[in-house]
Amino acid sequence: MSKPKLALYWAASCGGCEVAVLDVAEKILDVAGFFDIVFWPCAMDFKYKDVEAMADGSIDLCLFNGAIRNSENEALAHLLRRKAKVLVAFGSCAMDGCIPGLANLTTREEIFESSYQLTPSTLNPEKTRPLPEFAAPEGELDIPKFYESVRTLVQVVPVEYFIPGCPPQPTQILNVMSAIMQGAVLPPPGSVIGAGDKTCCEECGRPRKEKHLKRFYRVWEVEPKPEECLLDQGVICMGPATRSGCGALCVKANMPCRGCYGAAPNVTDQGAKMISALSSVIDLQEPAEINSVLDQIADPVGTFYRFSVPNSMLHRKQPSA
Amino acid sequence: METNSKKFEPRIVGFLCNWCSYTGADLAGTSRMKSAPNLRIIRLMCSGRVDPSFILRAFQLGADGVLVMGCHPGDCHYQEGNFKALRRVLLLKRVLREFGVDERRLKLEWVSAAEGEKFAKVSNDFTEEVRALGPLRLETGVLAQSQEGEVESQEVAA
Amino acid sequence: MRKIMIDPVTRLEGHGKIAIFLNDEGAVENCYFQVPELRGFEQFCVGRPVEEMPRITTRICGVCPEAHHMASVKACDAVFKVEVPPAAKKLRELLYSSFFVGDHTLHFYALGGPDFVVGPDAPPAERNILGVVKKVGLEVGGKVIELRKRAQRVVSLIGGKAIHPVTGLPGGVAKPLKAEERDEIVGHTDYFLEFAKFTIDVFDKVVRGNQAYVDMIRSDTYTHRLYSMGTVDENNKLNFYDGKVRVVDPDGKEFVKFPPRDYLQVLAEHVEPWTYLKFPFLKQVGWKGFEEGKDSGVYRATPLSRLNAADGLATPLAQEQYELMYDRFEGKPVHQTLATHWARVIELLYAAERAAELAHDDEILSDKIRTIPTATPSEGVGCVEAPRGTLYHHYVTDERGILRKVNLIVGTTNNHAAIAMSIRKAAHVMIRRGVEITDGVLNRIEMAFRAYDPCFGCATHALPGKMPLEVQVFDSHGTLLASRRRGSE
Repeated sequence: MSKPKLALYWAASCGGCEVAVLDVAEKILDVAGFFDIVFWPCAMDFKYKDVEAMADGSIDLCLFNGAIRNSENEALAHLLRRKAKVLVAFGSCAMDGCIPGLANLTTREEIFESSYQLTPSTLNPEKTRPLPEFAAPEGELDIPKFYESVRTLVQVVPVEYFIPGCPPQPTQILNVMSAIMQGAVLPPPGSVIGAGDKTCCEECGRPRKEKHLKRFYRVWEVEPKPEECLLDQGVICMGPATRSGCGALCVKANMPCRGCYGAAPNVTDQGAKMISALSSVIDLQEPAEINSVLDQIADPVGTFYRFSVPNSMLHRKQPSA
Repeated sequence: METNSKKFEPRIVGFLCNWCSYTGADLAGTSRMKSAPNLRIIRLMCSGRVDPSFILRAFQLGADGVLVMGCHPGDCHYQEGNFKALRRVLLLKRVLREFGVDERRLKLEWVSAAEGEKFAKVSNDFTEEVRALGPLRLETGVLAQSQEGEVESQEVAA
Repeated sequence: MRKIMIDPVTRLEGHGKIAIFLNDEGAVENCYFQVPELRGFEQFCVGRPVEEMPRITTRICGVCPEAHHMASVKACDAVFKVEVPPAAKKLRELLYSSFFVGDHTLHFYALGGPDFVVGPDAPPAERNILGVVKKVGLEVGGKVIELRKRAQRVVSLIGGKAIHPVTGLPGGVAKPLKAEERDEIVGHTDYFLEFAKFTIDVFDKVVRGNQAYVDMIRSDTYTHRLYSMGTVDENNKLNFYDGKVRVVDPDGKEFVKFPPRDYLQVLAEHVEPWTYLKFPFLKQVGWKGFEEGKDSGVYRATPLSRLNAADGLATPLAQEQYELMYDRFEGKPVHQTLATHWARVIELLYAAERAAELAHDDEILSDKIRTIPTATPSEGVGCVEAPRGTLYHHYVTDERGILRKVNLIVGTTNNHAAIAMSIRKAAHVMIRRGVEITDGVLNRIEMAFRAYDPCFGCATHALPGKMPLEVQVFDSHGTLLASRRRGSE
């Protein structure tokens, strides 16, 4: 009886999700023993051609991390969707867009202009730009097309499951893989797995008070007390709008949550939820006073939507509206 | 009479609270006051029930402007709901701005149950303000592949 | 002209591919190393608060997030003109040294090392960690996993998270170390030291003890006479975390030594239309194309370059190995690219010694780990040695500390031109008319770039780690003449 087939792929990503898989440490042996890994470009020989040659639906499980930034990422998303029975959006990039998704607050032209012309170390008087196709003296060269916007995996192809996190914590990865290897029945397609069903606050452990916020502090300005809710102390923490499952590692290190585990359960737009939550607990009523305090939030969109711009309701900065 | 078939008719979604502003709108109606038909009203118990995601959803589904109306400060049926609405709208406006959406497309007004005239004025004035801003054509993530392989954005149902 | 594609190349920061053009004589006319990735950090970080950058820029790379975290937090220190308390500096450097130990280990055992431990012509199925295990002993695989586990643990104890640490702040770190955490860390650094010595031993027996490998390392095929860059302390000893950047010319003479904030006077980046990655070069020498020698601005920033640029190492055991290496090569600088593997193993030992030093320093238990900035933020440069090269983060902010401009020169990027040249030179030598393009041939081309450890040390492990390679030969009409693929069975 042949082993179930597993594929792992990275689109526009940093590689952290791959390392997270490896950080299950000695347990990786069990995973490698249970599955036949048929595609994992960062670690193995199999090529796109090999995947194309596989029968449709013959890959039992595909863990797809990374956002859809360019034409190569998109092509692989479509290919792996055809070849995989179960396609999982693995990690924040694939699920929400993550940090590369911040590029949706700018434009392709701005990115190219800064990278290839405006940055102070770039010396490019000819105004050369990387091109999808280039005729070198010896022959044709090509590189993937860089799209205008970053998209999540499910914005390109249907997806069975979502595993959140930047990266998904190794303990959670192990939970999912163990469940699969033990033949557990998976939740209905469309579910988020490998995470909790509450908010990060649940795992935080710091005592909370009823909040009456009148001031916000940036992380460089204060030394927060370790035994008190960060938000109570005026440090913006995304815990209330973020799904549990990571163990609240950042907060335990005395740094506020920034939302990498994505929206809390039953929330469509993580940033909107944070706006709602924060507004509830600001204890001011005069518009001028309120605005004064809101001025203390240095980067609202980059704070509330740090990991989720492409998956937000507005998806990207609008050209002119 | 020639009608200008090209005149842009803004679609405005209004979130009105049951106790004050919706009743005020009702009063405008029963008093036969003229107010722009562009406003589609959604009644909630309190302006404090307006989640920012409702406003974003309205824009996403084709609204060119969103109006939130609640009780005057101090008069909220649930004590503080309208203050929450105020803070949410103020914060959301900043985020809209950063998303490149003109924050004037979102407006918050206090309208009491007796202020039928104010309701009509707010509704009419806002309709004209949004008309001047033009249609909001949102680019939202669902991209179509054209024949040549280049991706084009699909506009939200206009 | 016929084109050979090597696509994709793996174990690279992101993705990469190689296009080799053959002329009618069957010789390599030219060779292009293309990086097909761009995400745009330099642009989309504009508008972000600068103190958030240590947590945003880690997402440039999930294998070396610690490097970005440190370069970023140092840039933030500079932006806020704030002094970092000594305890915080030590905690940061302890985290950093531990990370270096884990990272260099990964590369040696899983990526570069197998070529030497089992040999470049060994069957692909054995050229990986499994083959190393077979050759050196079963415990090796377990030891490597254990080492990585411990290194990640130290990073998470000080940094909060192992992948994408969070505790770096302008002016210090977010939390002090508890006594029991420190005790645990000492146990880990003891292990690092033993393991580093063990690795030196492995390298000694298996690589240097094998004349064929020594010849390969010394061969001209893999040699480029280029400038070398590295960071040094006030005694010109290598330091990964802090110091001045020093560049020596191909003869080993100091060419320039500069504080990182002056990097723009020394470095510039060149753009080509066939790759998204830029090519840093020495401004004063100029961009002369993919050329060697004193008149070409191409430089390298690798473990080997770092040892070339330094006058020695600050810890005793590593210093011994440093002297041994240069003695074997009859002097400095060394330009043989494959010697980078040796330099890397020496750095591994230095990192382990440094980590142990810091772990035993009682100052790391101090609770004075933050200075709250008071100056108006403006501009700053932060620089560290990433495992793959010198890493620069340059931030310009407004008076509120919101970023206006971001410039990054990332580790592997420094070596983009050199990697291209190494591949090209190897291809020139290996691919000739009449020479069959075997597996071994392809592998020897890959060995040229693998030595640079192009940021992606993956595969700790038990995976049939065959290097993914497909070679296709097209004639000038684009007709496929021949195709050879390496073991996907």
